[in-house]
Amino acid sequence: MSTDPTRSHAPGPPHLAIIGAGPAGLAAALAAAGEGVRVTVVDAARAPGGQFYRQPAAGLGARRPGALHHQWRTWRRLRDGLRRQIDAGHVTHLPDHHVWCVERRPEGGGIDGGPARLTVHALLGPGQETPAEVRADAVLLATGGYEKVLPFPGWTLPGVVSAGGAQAMLKGGLVVSGRTAVVAGTGPLLLPVATGLAAAGVTVAALVESTGPRALARRAGALAGRADKLAEGAGYAVELLRRRVRTLVRHTVVEAHGADRLEAVTVAALDAEGRVRPGSERRIPCDTLAVGHGMLPHTDLAETLGCRVESPGQRVWVDGEQRTDVPGVWAAGETTGIGGAALSLAEGHIAGRSAAARLRGWVPDPGTWAGAAESRAELRRFFEALDTVYVPPAHWTEQVRDDTVVCRCEEVTAGAVREAVGELGAGDVRTVKLLTRAGMGWCQGRMCGPAVAGIAGCEQAVARRPFAQPVPLGVLARTGEVRTGEVRTGEVRTGESEQDDDDR
Amino acid sequence: MKPMELARAEPGPAFTVTLDGRQLDALPGQTVAAALWAAGVTSWRSTRGEGRPRGIFCGIGVCFDCLITVNDRPNQRACLIPLRPGDAIRTQEGTGHEH
Ligand SMILES: Cc1cc2nc3c(=O)[nH]c(=O)nc-3n(C[C@H](O)[C@H](O)[C@H](O)COP(=O)(O)OP(=O)(O)OC[C@H]3O[C@@H](n4cnc5c(N)ncnc54)[C@H](O)[C@@H]3O)c2cc1C
Ligand code: FES
Repeated sequence: MSTDPTRSHAPGPPHLAIIGAGPAGLAAALAAAGEGVRVTVVDAARAPGGQFYRQPAAGLGARRPGALHHQWRTWRRLRDGLRRQIDAGHVTHLPDHHVWCVERRPEGGGIDGGPARLTVHALLGPGQETPAEVRADAVLLATGGYEKVLPFPGWTLPGVVSAGGAQAMLKGGLVVSGRTAVVAGTGPLLLPVATGLAAAGVTVAALVESTGPRALARRAGALAGRADKLAEGAGYAVELLRRRVRTLVRHTVVEAHGADRLEAVTVAALDAEGRVRPGSERRIPCDTLAVGHGMLPHTDLAETLGCRVESPGQRVWVDGEQRTDVPGVWAAGETTGIGGAALSLAEGHIAGRSAAARLRGWVPDPGTWAGAAESRAELRRFFEALDTVYVPPAHWTEQVRDDTVVCRCEEVTAGAVREAVGELGAGDVRTVKLLTRAGMGWCQGRMCGPAVAGIAGCEQAVARRPFAQPVPLGVLARTGEVRTGEVRTGEVRTGESEQDDDDR
Repeated sequence: MKPMELARAEPGPAFTVTLDGRQLDALPGQTVAAALWAAGVTSWRSTRGEGRPRGIFCGIGVCFDCLITVNDRPNQRACLIPLRPGDAIRTQEGTGHEH
C-alpha cells in the first residue's frame, strides 16, 4: 500500500484540507466536494458548526437546539449537506483536531502537478497530546476569529466573561454563570448575547453600548444596502424591548466590583468626545458581566505559512478567489476580516469553488459564483461601515488605572506598561513586551495585544507566533521523524499508530 | 437551569466527579467549565503572581484563564475538556506544579 513519495501524481482526485468547520469551512467543503475534489475538514471542536452554529454536546440530548440560534434553517442545510458528502465518501470530518501548524514545502510539487506538499499538523483530543497529520494538495484556512476585550478595573474578576464566551457556554454547555447579567462594550455581537441570556432566564439588567444611534445614522447610506442585516438588528431591538432589557447607549463600563467574584459594575455616560461624563456613574448589581469590544481574526496559521496579513484588524489578505498570496493556500470567513456568518458563507463558497477548479487544473469562471460574489461585496461594504461606527470609546485608556491588570496571563499592570513607555523609553509593543512580559504568557498576547498597544500608544504589531496552539515538546521532537515517512495524498496519520497506514 | 429547558435537553444520566475531593454531579458531554458553572462555581484557579481567583473568560480555548488540574494533569483548559465519570478535578494554584 505504500506510495512512492517522488511520484508526481497521487492516485485519486486531488485533496483539499479545510481547517475550521464554521460557516466558512462548511460552505467551502460543500462547494469543493460538489466539484469532485476530496475534502478533509479538520476542526478543533467536537461537532461542526463553528462559533455561530455551536451546538450543545450530544450527551445533553437537546431536542430543540435551534432555540438558542437564529438562521437555524441555513444550519440544517449545511449539516445535511455535510452528512451526505461524508456518506458519499467525498468529505472526511476530523473533529477534536487542534491544528498547531501547517507546513508547506515549496520545492517541486503543489497544485500544478506535483505530490502533496502541504502537511497539517494537529493534536488530538481534549488533552491535545497525540499528534496527527493530514497531507493535502491545497489548504483552506477557515479558522474564524476571537473576541477583543479591552481592560478596565475589575475585568479579571470571576463572573466577568467575554460576550462571545457567555454565548459559547450557553449554546454549547447550556449553562449561564449567574442570575443577573450586564452585557457591555460595543458591536453587533452584544445583541444576540443579551437576547440569548434573557431567553435563557437570566435577568439582563442592562445592555451597555458605547456607540450612539447618531453614529449609526451618519453611516445610514452605507448600511442601507443590506436591508436583511438591518432587519436582523431591528429584530433584536424588538426582542430586547419585549424582555424589558434596559439599553444604555453612549455608555461604558467603568469598573467591575467584587472581592473574589463579580458583585456589581459601574457604568457611566460618554460625552461627544468619548470621555466619561463626570457624575454620570451608576452602579448596577450583577453576578455576570458579558463584555466585548469587537472581534479579531485568527491569523496564526496564515502567519506560519508566510501569508500576507494586512490592516485593518490584521486580517489575512485574499484575492477575488479567496486565495492568499501563498500558492496552494486559500482563506475564507472571519480569518480574512470580521463580517459575520453570512459573509463567511459567501467567502467559503467562493474559496471552495476556486480551490476545486484550480486543483483540477482549470482556471475557474467567476461567473459560477456571481451570486456569492455579489453578497460578499455588499456584506464587506456593510461591515466596513459598521466597523467605523462600533469602535471603543476614544478615551478608553483613561479608565484604565495604573493598578489595572492589562495582561491577564502574566499579571502585568497598566502602570508597568506606562512605565516601560515613559521612564524606560519603549517605542513599540515589542520593546514593551520584553520589558514587562506583557503578551509572553499562555495566550501569547491574544487577549492583551490591542490593550497593550492602546495604553502604550503604539501601533499593534503582527504577532508572529510560532505555533497556533501550545505543543508538547515530545511532539515537536517527533515531527521530524514522522515527516520522513511515506507520503500519500490525503493521508491522515497519528503518532500513536504509525503502522496504521491502510486506506481509510 | 433555564437554558436546559429552553433547548428541551433530555441529558443522559448524571454521573459523579470530584472537585478537590468533594462530589459533584456532571452531565454527559459537559465540559469541566460547564459542570462547574452548573454547580455555581465560577472560579477554580489562583494566579501565579497575586494569587487572584480566575475562571472562564473567553469560553473558547483562547485565553487560558480557565486552567485546572484534571486527573493529576495540571494546566488543562476547563472550557474545552469534557468530563468522564470518576474524573478528579483539582483547583489549581499558580503553575499547577507546586503541589
Ligand atoms: C465565542 C464567539 C461566539 C460568537 N457567537 C456569535 C453569535 O451568537 N451570533 C453571531 O452572529 N455571531 C457570533 N460570533 C461571530 C462568529 O465568529 C461569526 O459570525 C461566524 O461564526 C464566523 O464564521 P467562520 O466560519 O469564519 O468562523 P467560526 O465560526 O469561528 O469557525 C472557525 C472554526 O475553526 C476552528 N479552528 C480555529 N482555529 C483552529 C485550529 N488552530 N485548529 C483547528 N480548528 C480551528 C474553530 O474550532 C471553529 O470551529 C461569535 C464569535 C465568537 C468568537
Ligand atoms: S476560558 Fe479562555 S481558554 Fe478557557
